[in-house]
Amino acid sequence: MIRRHLPVLITLAVFIVGYMICLAQFPSFASTRVIGNLLTDNAFLGIVAVGMTFVILSGGIDLSVGSVIAFTGVFLAVTIEKYGLNPYLAFILVLGIAGLFGAGMGFLIHTFQIPAFIVTLAGMFLARGLCFVLTTDSIPINAPAYGQITDIAFRLPGGGRVTFIAMVMLLTFAVGIVLAHFTRFGANVYALGGNRTSAELMGVPVRKTTIRIYMLSSFLAALAGIVFSFYTSAGYSLAATGVELDTIAAVVIGGTLLTGGYGTIIGTLVGVLIQGLIQTYITFEGTLSSWWTKIAIGALLFAFIVLQRGLSAASLRTR
Amino acid sequence: MRRQASDRLLFCLKRDQRRVRKRMSASGSDASKASEDEMPVSTEQPQLLEIRGLTKGFPGVQALDHVDFTLHEGEIHGLLGENGAGKSTLIKVLTGVFKRDAGTIRLDGQDIEARDPADALSLGIGTVYQEVNLLPNLSVAENLFIGRQPHRFGLVRTGEMRRRSQELLAGYGLDIDVANPLSAYSVAVQQIVAIARAVDLSAKVLILDEPTASLDAQEVETLFRILRDLKSRGIGIVFVTHFLDQVYAVCDRITVLRNGRLVGSRPIAELPRIELVSMMLGRELAAEALHRNQRKAVTGEPLVAFKDYGKRRLLEPFDLAVRPGEVVGLAGLLGSGRTETAKLVFGIERADSGQAFVDGKPVRIATPRDAARLRFGFTPEDRKTEGIVAELSVRENIILALQAQRGWLRLIPRRRQEEIADRFIKLLDIRTPDAEKPIGLLSGGNQQKALLARWLATEPRFLILDEPTRGIDVGAHAEIIRLIERLCEDGLALLVISSELEEIASYSDRVVVLRDRRHVRELSGSDVSANTIMTTIAGH
Ligand SMILES: Nc1ncnc2c1ncn2[C@@H]1O[C@H](COP(=O)(O)OP(=O)(O)OP(=O)(O)O)[C@@H](O)[C@H]1O
Ligand SMILES: [Mg+2]
Repeated sequence: MIRRHLPVLITLAVFIVGYMICLAQFPSFASTRVIGNLLTDNAFLGIVAVGMTFVILSGGIDLSVGSVIAFTGVFLAVTIEKYGLNPYLAFILVLGIAGLFGAGMGFLIHTFQIPAFIVTLAGMFLARGLCFVLTTDSIPINAPAYGQITDIAFRLPGGGRVTFIAMVMLLTFAVGIVLAHFTRFGANVYALGGNRTSAELMGVPVRKTTIRIYMLSSFLAALAGIVFSFYTSAGYSLAATGVELDTIAAVVIGGTLLTGGYGTIIGTLVGVLIQGLIQTYITFEGTLSSWWTKIAIGALLFAFIVLQRGLSAASLRTR
Repeated sequence: MRRQASDRLLFCLKRDQRRVRKRMSASGSDASKASEDEMPVSTEQPQLLEIRGLTKGFPGVQALDHVDFTLHEGEIHGLLGENGAGKSTLIKVLTGVFKRDAGTIRLDGQDIEARDPADALSLGIGTVYQEVNLLPNLSVAENLFIGRQPHRFGLVRTGEMRRRSQELLAGYGLDIDVANPLSAYSVAVQQIVAIARAVDLSAKVLILDEPTASLDAQEVETLFRILRDLKSRGIGIVFVTHFLDQVYAVCDRITVLRNGRLVGSRPIAELPRIELVSMMLGRELAAEALHRNQRKAVTGEPLVAFKDYGKRRLLEPFDLAVRPGEVVGLAGLLGSGRTETAKLVFGIERADSGQAFVDGKPVRIATPRDAARLRFGFTPEDRKTEGIVAELSVRENIILALQAQRGWLRLIPRRRQEEIADRFIKLLDIRTPDAEKPIGLLSGGNQQKALLARWLATEPRFLILDEPTRGIDVGAHAEIIRLIERLCEDGLALLVISSELEEIASYSDRVVVLRDRRHVRELSGSDVSANTIMTTIAGH
């Protein structure tokens, strides 16, 4: 039992130790304000990471999410600001478009047996290219709905706020956990990651599941894009570059095996929070360049991958 | 006494042969021709599955060539043939893994064409494919119920699923924690889980492609009991196996394929064993193929010796010595520590007590590399996950261990590689169009042979064979036993694990019997017989 959850427990331990270190150095880390901000600042990353966890669990990868986030922002900015579309309608529209986009990628991956890496790389260029077709400028979004939504927040004692977007992230995680661990779809995702051929021979609907996984990932990337646009109140073609890699890092640090089949959604949440923690620490520290975030994440990632190799070798030995 | 087992085998064969000769002279036809005469199809039970003219080709091989096959309700039908005959292909075409080139399949009088295995399942055809295919990362319960988990409001009812899994497996005498991932259990348990799943899913037809390969005698008995029960409920069962004893124990009828063609279909009751074998091989199996040359008792210094060798929680410390030219057999039920012994000896598991000696000198075997450097060889039992590299060619798979031993910088010249590969393809009769075919596309038994070739190519001094004849057809079976004996004459020391007691008794000089992860007794001389092994295993 413990053994099965070891990767998550280690991730959790890393987070707690990290938090303690931060706390020792900067007592204000205990304040609800910092915690609230940690959630808000990483909301969009958390939402994409849920989708990415499903993709990686199934043995795939989705490199297009960063571009989809940017596309979503640009699409919203253009349709709302230039064409005066109702923001809520724009949200629904963009979520639908992204869902179709993901489904298309899933379809290609399954039908032509092309590695997900290649299909989603193409998807990444495509979505990014579409941003530039729509606009090359950064367009601010001033719709009143945006102001209203960003004002929604749950106040914590001590001055902290759990903002609407933080709540969206937490809700996404909750839904993700239910989906992964308590539905047939979730079991099918793990099955694909365990062994695709076996899954097929056992009658797992491989095609349907693959399409749904990438659909989910793109859908959540668009949701993250919406959240990101609340956060920045703008749409910009070059936004969210490299987010796909941050996301993959969060998922792996969260204890999901890159080769698929093993991992949890809750681990991903902790993985995201660890990244946020490092970021916050570096902001507090003040003197360190923000590139140190990347270096710290790189080191952690490396440590986790080595750890996972070790664990899986150990579990094979004691079979 | 030592020859008891093989003699008995020989006697049976001769007896059968006499009968056949009598029949042949009466009918004036030879054995293989007789088999091609279609026997009248039994009409007591309605037809369930009717395959006509089924054809399937792969690049370079005609795997099925106008094959007919009929399965009746409540019938256990053995599908037999040599390695590469097309048995698994027939099953995979039937269940929608492969698309057929031509032919019709009717189930209950309806034309069917399964698009994929899920489709076949929904038609009521449950299958255990040859490569026990389950999902190691999912729990046992999920493996049993994937795709049909009990659920409410879209949510899987995990508790209910576990309870039902527990009940299902109890019917197979298996009491395990179904919440654990499948990979926590042995190949045998996994195989039972696969069978339980397929049985539970087969409303009309159950297909088992070599399901008994890693089961022990008791588990096979349980399986047969369940098959008979299914049969009485009118389910049709297709059973592929290379164990002729099992064919005679449960089958009502057999169909034999050879090189993708139908040889014939017969009720088992009127088919002598020797005739069945010649139907499969297309020739008579030379009687001496199963005859063991008697060897003098081997004396001299042991080549390898292990003193107090063991690992906590895995295997109790044991002593073991093997001399050059000697075959030591390891017998015992599954999970008794046979494979664990092999893994310790070969360094796959690291011993935490005792000492190993080679040529009387203490050595350290902490990893398989250490073992390979001492010129040990090991063919694992679980060939799918521990053995072959499916994407590499037959040639590359055969030279893999030899190349690794030389180091990757000293590449074996291509010409030499081809020579080695060709030699073993011929020696072990590996059925493949050429040495460059990816090994994953070979039939299961032929993959097993290639794996054996891999270690033989390294010319080891000490070779560990874990179930060397599993999944291998009768013809090649005899070849491999002959090979084991020849290797011995060349001074190789052999440690052989096998569940087939007759077989192990026939070629072993000594047999170590294991029980509950302990070496309980060593049999030698006249004690080496299937009977003594059996009673020792049972603990009387
Ligand atoms: N996917 C594939 N691609 C190409 N050739 C294949 C493929 N699957 C099987 N074959 C070939 O078809 C032939 C029949 O193979 P099949 O697996 O049906 O044999 P089998 O009777 O099940 O043998 P065994 O007893 O060894 O399991 C073999 O020559 C094999 O190499
Ligand atoms: Mg086969």
